[in-house]
Amino acid sequence: MATTAVDVAAAPTPPPRRNSRRLTLRRTFIGWTFILPNFIGFAVLTLTPVVILFYLAFTSWNAFGQANWIGLENFQRLITDGTFHTALANTAYYAVMHIPLTLAASLGLALLLNHKMRGIAFFRTVAFFPYITSIVAIAVVWNMLFSPDSGPINQFLMALGIDNPPGWTTSATWSMPSIVLVSVWREMGYYMLLFLAGLQAIPRELYEAARVDGAHAIQRFWNVTVPSLRPTTFFVTVILTIQSFKILDLILVMTDGGPGTSTLVLAQYIYRKGFEENDFGYASAVAVVLFFICLALTVVQFLLNKRREV
Amino acid sequence: MATVTLDRPSTNAPQLRKDPKQGRRIVARVVLYAAMIVAAAAIMLPFFWMVTSSLKTNNQVFSVPIQWLPDPVVWGNYLDIWAKADMLNWVKNTLILSVSVTFLQVLTGSFAAYGFSKVRFPGRDVLFLTYVGTIAVPWQAYMIPQFIMLSKAGLSNTLWSILALQTFSAFGVFLMKQYYESIPEELSEAARIDGLSEYSIWRKIVLPLSGPAVATLTLLTFVNTWNDYLGPLIYLRDRDIWTIQIGLKSFVSQYNAEYALIMTGSVISVLPIALIFMLGQRYFVQGIATSGLKG
Repeated sequence: MATTAVDVAAAPTPPPRRNSRRLTLRRTFIGWTFILPNFIGFAVLTLTPVVILFYLAFTSWNAFGQANWIGLENFQRLITDGTFHTALANTAYYAVMHIPLTLAASLGLALLLNHKMRGIAFFRTVAFFPYITSIVAIAVVWNMLFSPDSGPINQFLMALGIDNPPGWTTSATWSMPSIVLVSVWREMGYYMLLFLAGLQAIPRELYEAARVDGAHAIQRFWNVTVPSLRPTTFFVTVILTIQSFKILDLILVMTDGGPGTSTLVLAQYIYRKGFEENDFGYASAVAVVLFFICLALTVVQFLLNKRREV
Repeated sequence: MATVTLDRPSTNAPQLRKDPKQGRRIVARVVLYAAMIVAAAAIMLPFFWMVTSSLKTNNQVFSVPIQWLPDPVVWGNYLDIWAKADMLNWVKNTLILSVSVTFLQVLTGSFAAYGFSKVRFPGRDVLFLTYVGTIAVPWQAYMIPQFIMLSKAGLSNTLWSILALQTFSAFGVFLMKQYYESIPEELSEAARIDGLSEYSIWRKIVLPLSGPAVATLTLLTFVNTWNDYLGPLIYLRDRDIWTIQIGLKSFVSQYNAEYALIMTGSVISVLPIALIFMLGQRYFVQGIATSGLKG
């Protein structure tokens, strides 16, 4: 800790009145100089594209020549676009599986690793490790592990006496569950850390009091841990939801949306329409849908959280 | 940190009855350790398979039954790959990007965070809300207009585009601000009375005190930039400016039957991150745990 000598007796004198406006101006100037270097980049590279997105969505544009204003045509096209519906359904399917499984896995890990024991740091590091490894390496390794004929996973299942193990990423039924499995394995360590922070912030007195009242371990979990973790759970759920709806890189490398369109998700549809087919206007309309889904879900979660707190 | 054992007088148990409790505690420990070891082994299994496969011959990778350990150990894979793929160049590009993005992100992020947490001025909180609000906007939603802007600026197909993409994240500002709020206001007040300017306070007092947050942001940014696949995929077309991720992906498509070499490339792409993580993991795990949340 740095120690700055402070003369306690010399209380700071209150600032004279007439200077207060000038002071505010000066403080505003100083504050902005701190924020500006980052804000310029942020405004140009994040805020501006979001504004442009809402213009592009109403145009038809192939990246060459002019963007033509076509009003709501892109959105009318969305209504009858079967592939878009598939992508929407697949994204929802992924989210519905991914969110609860990751929540359960990360909370379970956090509870398991929330002890003061020798070597605990090592186990936490191990759990967190998949999160920081490269998507391409992970996707390639899992694709090999999932290999239908002689991959380790199916060899193991056959050894257990399952004659017809799933084809994993090569089967339209099992491809999305395979992706979910890998993404839960990859991300649970990160959310585990957030849960650990939440667990460590719970005052021990609450557990002591519950114990004195004769609550056994399971009751203590439901009546002390779960309510105290509510803010953490809320935060984790919000982040997880956004993460689920924007899933793209893992799918691009593992299945590229296939087999068929069984793992085609919204973000990949945006990518395809935009960067592969140069249909930038239509891709932007799909992006607007993604934008509003994330926004709506976040707002709803905040409202539910508020109601619960009251 | 809380201490583990608290002898509670509340049970009024006589001293004699401590033994069965002790026994139960040891059993609980053993069960816990067993559970942790099983979980850790399950989590690490794909990595174990990746490393062992990178030391096998191609037809041993998918042998039936599974061959857990390479025999003979083919160290040659780690020599061949540099000749077959442009690995060295990809690693170099990725390193240049990761280091510069991390430096700029930590610098501008911590600078802005000081303005948001220690300087009071009208409109500050609304501005910060704008920042936080964009965390809920997925990048995938605005990647197209962003691409068009950067292309028009002539930055597409240069490393500058990735630098621009990665440097100004709202997350960095958010993380640093959370940490700065925990630094007592009295410190900066005292420095102000001593006549230090706000810039000196940031440089001499607040920044030196925020080691864990800087370490966390440094590691997270470095890892994110190193592992970024989508940015380079969209922006980098020339082979000589590729990063390790798209390089590896193209290598996988090109040599799709060279299983062992593919695993070798994967190990090489993970290794630098693993090393950095081992060095900084104490900060890392703590930093994320304390910055992500406040009540």
